[in-house]
Amino acid sequence: MTQTQARTWTDIRPARKAVIPEGLWLRCPGCQKMIYRRHLEANLNVCPECQHHYRISASERVKQLADPGSFVEMFAGLMPTDPLKFRDLKSYKDRLLAEQLKTGRSDAVQAGRCFIKGREAVVCCLDLTFMMGSMGSVVGEAITRSVEHATAQRLPVVVVSCSGGARMQESGLSLMQMAKTSAALGRHDDAGLLFVSVLTDPTTGGVTASFAMLGDVILAEPGALIGFAGPRVIQQTIRQELPAGFQRSEFLLKSGFVDKVVPRGQLRSEIARIIDYTAV
Amino acid sequence: MSTFYQLDFEKPVIELERRLTEAQAQLKAVIGGEPPAGAAPTDRPLPPEADRLSVEIKDLSTQREQTLARVYADLSPWHTVRVARHPQRPQTRDYIAMICRDFCELHGDRRHADDPAIVAGLARFGHTKVMLIGHQKGRETSEKLACHFGCAHPEGYRKALLKMKLAEKMGLPVVTLVDTPGAYPGLGAEQRGQAEAIAVNMLEMSRLKTPIVSVVIGEGGSGGALGIAVADRVGMMQYAWYTVISPEGCAAILWKEANEQTNAAAAKSLRLTAADNLELGIVDAAIPEPLGGAHRDPRKAADNLAAWVQAQIAELKSIPIDRVVQARYDRFRRLGSYIEADTVAR
Ligand SMILES: [Zn+2]
Repeated sequence: MTQTQARTWTDIRPARKAVIPEGLWLRCPGCQKMIYRRHLEANLNVCPECQHHYRISASERVKQLADPGSFVEMFAGLMPTDPLKFRDLKSYKDRLLAEQLKTGRSDAVQAGRCFIKGREAVVCCLDLTFMMGSMGSVVGEAITRSVEHATAQRLPVVVVSCSGGARMQESGLSLMQMAKTSAALGRHDDAGLLFVSVLTDPTTGGVTASFAMLGDVILAEPGALIGFAGPRVIQQTIRQELPAGFQRSEFLLKSGFVDKVVPRGQLRSEIARIIDYTAV
Repeated sequence: MSTFYQLDFEKPVIELERRLTEAQAQLKAVIGGEPPAGAAPTDRPLPPEADRLSVEIKDLSTQREQTLARVYADLSPWHTVRVARHPQRPQTRDYIAMICRDFCELHGDRRHADDPAIVAGLARFGHTKVMLIGHQKGRETSEKLACHFGCAHPEGYRKALLKMKLAEKMGLPVVTLVDTPGAYPGLGAEQRGQAEAIAVNMLEMSRLKTPIVSVVIGEGGSGGALGIAVADRVGMMQYAWYTVISPEGCAAILWKEANEQTNAAAAKSLRLTAADNLELGIVDAAIPEPLGGAHRDPRKAADNLAAWVQAQIAELKSIPIDRVVQARYDRFRRLGSYIEADTVAR
């Protein structure tokens, strides 16, 4: 990786839209109380009253996890194309442009190298603000390259997932990203290297069914929706109400698919703690 | 001629087939038995009515063939999806019956259960011995229900992986037949880790030290399909479909509702046909089907499939396995479309 900084969309359009609606006060969807925004932000966007974990952007996530000033972004030059000339009610091309202007990102992932409490790692964070964090070619390529880079440099990989799944507008090519990222993780595993997967609200579809579920250690933020099929699809299929807490982090912990539910405030130290156990 | 389940766009063909069947029955009645085989004139003279009917039959047959060719040459992506779902289309068990000299079915994932939506077993396939694995949709109502219409549960994917690992150990190539609208979306499936099962399959298949050949024979729905299709060679039957989501699912999300129009629009946008996937590099071959689709001549479809698979296996077996596995990695590594903006030094 050269140390040249990629020109990103952030440079072109610095205005960023926050995930949380504007205003000094906001009503918490967890406890219905009015929360002072400053308090929420000071608490890593976790409700100080009820611990509801708000959704955060990739750059916010990176800020929370990486030691200050240590994050070196990689593969930021990757830009999506419209290989299929996909068109639904809107063309994918227009959709991409609108999302890029809205978020200041070129696509739904931010990848780079950083230190987490002094431990070096390759970190990828999906960005829910960009087309629901969906995985198309750019997300797949960035994650694959990150994993390959980590394998070559013998570094652990941390991927923080939040995604609606594979991106429909890239169709079969999105689907193939599932195989591509999984294969790269297979090689990382062959090299005896660590992958920590962090699942946040929501992690569904093709992202769950590929790299997100392949962590050597899988951590989840409290109350995150994690599943293969979305709750609505399941409900339509089985025609009955879903049990309370179904597909939430704690449910996955109980059914054996998550190692640990970790509140946001402890995520950084927990990841560092786990990396510390690798014998290098 | 059997009566066909009707696809609306096949109506002109169906009508001709109806008239053909009628004429054949009439001829049979007139000559008092089966009509002579072939068009060759027979020794004994036929009644004039029989002559007329013979001509009509010949005429109708030609018309049917021409109409069929016209309809199928012009099949829209959505119509292709409908053909791929035709109830008489050959399924994994049909192909096994038609192309395997021996099939020793192996059940169960040793963890939870045996999922009938995925069939696996040791198979003699021409000259080669393989591990054959495929989605099974089911033909009769009870089988369909047991198979969840080809939607496998985690135990199905885990069974598939277990048998693939066995194949690796026994030095057998793996052949998978893909035919699923998608992995099953249900309570038990989620609870038992549907996503994890599919993810692990993809990872393990990417490094399995034995050749893998996959063919999408009908529906290739999303992760449920890819979960047994990370292969060295991926083929697609001519009228199969393969993409990230079903057209209905896509229409419901992006067009806000699924109906004939939006399903057709989604099918078109998704580029899900064999020809599209070939162009995108997602599959390596479109395997031709008989005129009017595999359901009209399953035997012919099976022959074509078998010939292609055998050729792939023969070729893969001649390459050292490490190179095969590397090429498999590279095959999927290449897929994707993006551009890389110039990086500007600050
Ligand atoms: Zn709250």
